[in-house]
Amino acid sequence: MKRPRIDVEANHKLISRRAAILGGVQLAFVGALGARMQFLQVDQADQFRLLAEENRINIRIIPPARGEIFDRNGVALARNVPSYRIVIVREDAGDVEEVVSRLGKIVPLDEDEVERAMAEMKRSAPFLPITFADEVTWDDLSRVSVNAPALPGVTPEVGLSRVYPFGSDYAHVLGYVGPVSDYDLDKLEDPDQLLRIPRFQIGKVGVEAKAEGPLRGKGGAKRVEVNATGRVMRELDRREGTAGSDLQLTIDSKLQSYVQARLNGESASAVIMDVTSGDLLSIASAPTFDPNLFVRGISTADYSALTENKYRPLASKSVQGTYPPGSTFKMITAMAALEEGLIGPDETVYCPGHLEVAGRRFHCWKRAGHGWVDLQNSLKQSCDVYYYDLALKVGIEKITAMANRFGLGERHDVPMSAVAQGLTPTKAWKASTHGQDWVIGDTVNASIGQGYMLASPLQLAVMAARLASGNTVTPRLIKSIDGIEQPSGGGVSMGMNENNLRKMRRAMFEVVNDRRGTAYGSRIIDDAMRMAGKTGTSQVRNITAAERRAGVIRNEDLPWERRDHALFVNFAPYDNPKYAVAVVVEHGGGGSKAAAPIARDVTLQALSGGEPSLEAYPTKDRDRIKEQQRVLRGIEPLANVTGKDQA
Amino acid sequence: MSYLEYNTKYVPTGLRKILYVNWPLAVLLSAVAGVGFLMLYSVAGGSFSPWAEPQMKRFAVGFALMMMVAMVPAWFWRNMASVAYLASLALLLAVEFFGSVGMGAQRWIDLGFMRLQPSELMKVTLVLMLAAYYDWLPIHRKSRPIWVLLPVILILIPTALVLRQPDLGTSILLLAAGGGLMFLAGVHWAYFAAVIAAGVGLVTTVFQSRGESWQLLKDYQYRRIDTFLDPSSDPLGAGYHITQSKIALGSGGWTGRGFMQGTQSRLNFLPEKHTDFIFTTLAEEFGFIGAFSLLALYTLIIVFCVASALANKDRFSSLLTLGIALNFFLFFAVNMSMVMGLAPVVGVPLPLVSYGGSAMLVLMLAFGLAQSAHVHRPR
Repeated sequence: MKRPRIDVEANHKLISRRAAILGGVQLAFVGALGARMQFLQVDQADQFRLLAEENRINIRIIPPARGEIFDRNGVALARNVPSYRIVIVREDAGDVEEVVSRLGKIVPLDEDEVERAMAEMKRSAPFLPITFADEVTWDDLSRVSVNAPALPGVTPEVGLSRVYPFGSDYAHVLGYVGPVSDYDLDKLEDPDQLLRIPRFQIGKVGVEAKAEGPLRGKGGAKRVEVNATGRVMRELDRREGTAGSDLQLTIDSKLQSYVQARLNGESASAVIMDVTSGDLLSIASAPTFDPNLFVRGISTADYSALTENKYRPLASKSVQGTYPPGSTFKMITAMAALEEGLIGPDETVYCPGHLEVAGRRFHCWKRAGHGWVDLQNSLKQSCDVYYYDLALKVGIEKITAMANRFGLGERHDVPMSAVAQGLTPTKAWKASTHGQDWVIGDTVNASIGQGYMLASPLQLAVMAARLASGNTVTPRLIKSIDGIEQPSGGGVSMGMNENNLRKMRRAMFEVVNDRRGTAYGSRIIDDAMRMAGKTGTSQVRNITAAERRAGVIRNEDLPWERRDHALFVNFAPYDNPKYAVAVVVEHGGGGSKAAAPIARDVTLQALSGGEPSLEAYPTKDRDRIKEQQRVLRGIEPLANVTGKDQA
Repeated sequence: MSYLEYNTKYVPTGLRKILYVNWPLAVLLSAVAGVGFLMLYSVAGGSFSPWAEPQMKRFAVGFALMMMVAMVPAWFWRNMASVAYLASLALLLAVEFFGSVGMGAQRWIDLGFMRLQPSELMKVTLVLMLAAYYDWLPIHRKSRPIWVLLPVILILIPTALVLRQPDLGTSILLLAAGGGLMFLAGVHWAYFAAVIAAGVGLVTTVFQSRGESWQLLKDYQYRRIDTFLDPSSDPLGAGYHITQSKIALGSGGWTGRGFMQGTQSRLNFLPEKHTDFIFTTLAEEFGFIGAFSLLALYTLIIVFCVASALANKDRFSSLLTLGIALNFFLFFAVNMSMVMGLAPVVGVPLPLVSYGGSAMLVLMLAFGLAQSAHVHRPR
């Protein structure tokens, strides 16, 4: 049947109308799509272009070589040596377990390390190299290279690792480096991207930590194009970093090694300082440890052995340790009185063996007393009563002020860890810390470096240097950075009366060189090297009245940790001072017996620029010294250093 | 016997028919396919394999298919409509039982020489079926409820089957194309208004109930809907693709980064870069100008189809042509909205450009039907 014409027309009209509506909707939609395109591709183009670049480009940091550290004569103290490790790339290796078992037959593999590496490999992308063996020897590495065809995906990688050739001799000065830890990252507000590199080595303690800035250098960077899974497609460009600056220390490595050897077997520390420049020629502390162990990651057993040792090998006693300075402080009390004009030319004080102050009896170390003593005799024989008397005249404020002028109670600016401030007490200090009023007895105790008074060996060395030079000498440890000489610590005149200083030096000379001096046994007989010094024996316990009546217990009969500290400060040569020395032997007993002989040996060593001639020693000591020198020559530092070329 | 057969005396016969083919449309289709070859060559990193070459062969086959279908009189196709529809339905059911699983969904049957996606075929046969139905239905009955219910059933059966595969994208396309055809056929607008109102009401109720005591869906179902609607809430999961896609589009700028210079696609940041997300590569490499040109080409194809349909006095022919145009429109509109972050990712390829056999062949078959209607229109 034929459809009526009218029907066809009506139908066509209807379809056209509906098609127009639908077409309109479609057109609107196309318009919306176009607008969206315009929004994304034109309006927001810059932002999206940036995001695409961020997707595409990764920045990889190239770690710089760490600066090396040398002694004042250019001997390397901290170096970078190539260290080799073996890595495996999963996608190149194919059957990883098979490759690892073959590798295990060629080089020794640590089972734990392999297990860790296998676990890490499962987690990471197949193209990333995973370390299977670290600190591989050159021989093992060669064997891997020779067998390369049988070891697909195995490649040797070269890195730099830190080595301390002198090991334990510099453990406290240099400190050590170690991989940056989460703790470090939290502690440092250091935005350096280098620190984000896994296992990046930073200084942990000592000069390595304090001079981290110049030593680290600037990281380079390469921009690489990566795909969605992080695989590097190509390197776009590369900016090399700058290596860290080399440091030259003021330390004399020969002297440092000698001092460490000399302190061996004691819990002691020694500082040798140039009195004109403030250069620290040696900062020694014993016992010590091998910093190389820390670079590679020390074992728990080794570490707890170090922390549990009662002689505290990890502590850098020469700058961290503070001790009552004892009689070495008497020069300060005397100088305070001299500068105030309180000691007449021939003034003497009678020492009956004790002094009554405010109803308390203060004893001289010599029970029988010294009789009538003047300034020189009081220092020479270390008469305590003389200084009690002075202190009562001068007062604590003047004494403390004088101590501060000599560098006590001041945290010297030395790039080592935990440099101690010590303590020079004042009335205000006691009121705020202890909530107690200052009593006259405190002044009496302070006058002989006991009571609250605390000083580190470094501070004592500075004090001796200032006495010897009359200048505000400050210690300097870094001689130059990248060949640029650092400011000297020579200082300027302290503005003391030169006559007073000369009196003190003379008295110190008598201490060592007068037959009745407390350090006469440790004198130097070479006229060009004669030294001036002062002994100190500081109590670490109270002696009760009852004990005093029964007779003071001798040091040898006390347990080690209750014995007196032995101290000695000196400078030499007396006529033309070059070096100031401070020696502290913890719980060593008397300063004249335990500390002074060490101070003499290291002073002679420094003045002679090497092993001193026996001629410098008193005749009766020579045989003993000769034997001692022989023994010391045999003492080597602890240095567990691997790598093919050791220094 | 309808209007068509009685007015064929002016219709060309034999090989002369080739002259009456809608050539501008054929040229436009080839141009779009050409864009596809170019992009497939680019995403393969400047290589004809593995995508560009098979795609060119398929287009050649598809073009031949279109010409062959165009030579057959339109009334033959109209008469075959119900057979084709039932055959497609049978294939859809077959997929349920024998289908292979790809991308987590049962979608195709392996015929040996090609993989057939019955859901693709259904898009065309459904339009064919509905066009034939409305051609047969006396015009005054078109809005009677019983005659409205019948096409609704014809649409819902395949839609349900496709949804079960599960292929949300294709089922939405089927639903939209079928509904659109009913609209074109002149079904009373009140039905559409009612359906839209009911849909809006349902969605509103479902979302309103969230967090209330009478919550209609489980919490995890809401969360799924959330990520579906707003992929950026899950930037490393569902949102990753769409974020990377937008970055690719946006970084193209006005003129693009140049042929084969698109870093997003070349470095694999884009997902499915040779299929559903191929438009992003085009937009990245040729910029706004390139992307807009493709949109213009698509729009021109629609315009030529609509013009052909409106010039055709035959009801079947114009409904068929408009239906095919609508189908084609839905294809690219959904795909583009999806990659531009305007619509959720539902897995609809970009017509004639995305790599894929069945989609290409079925589309060319559809345009063959439109060409047949054009060639055999009453004059």
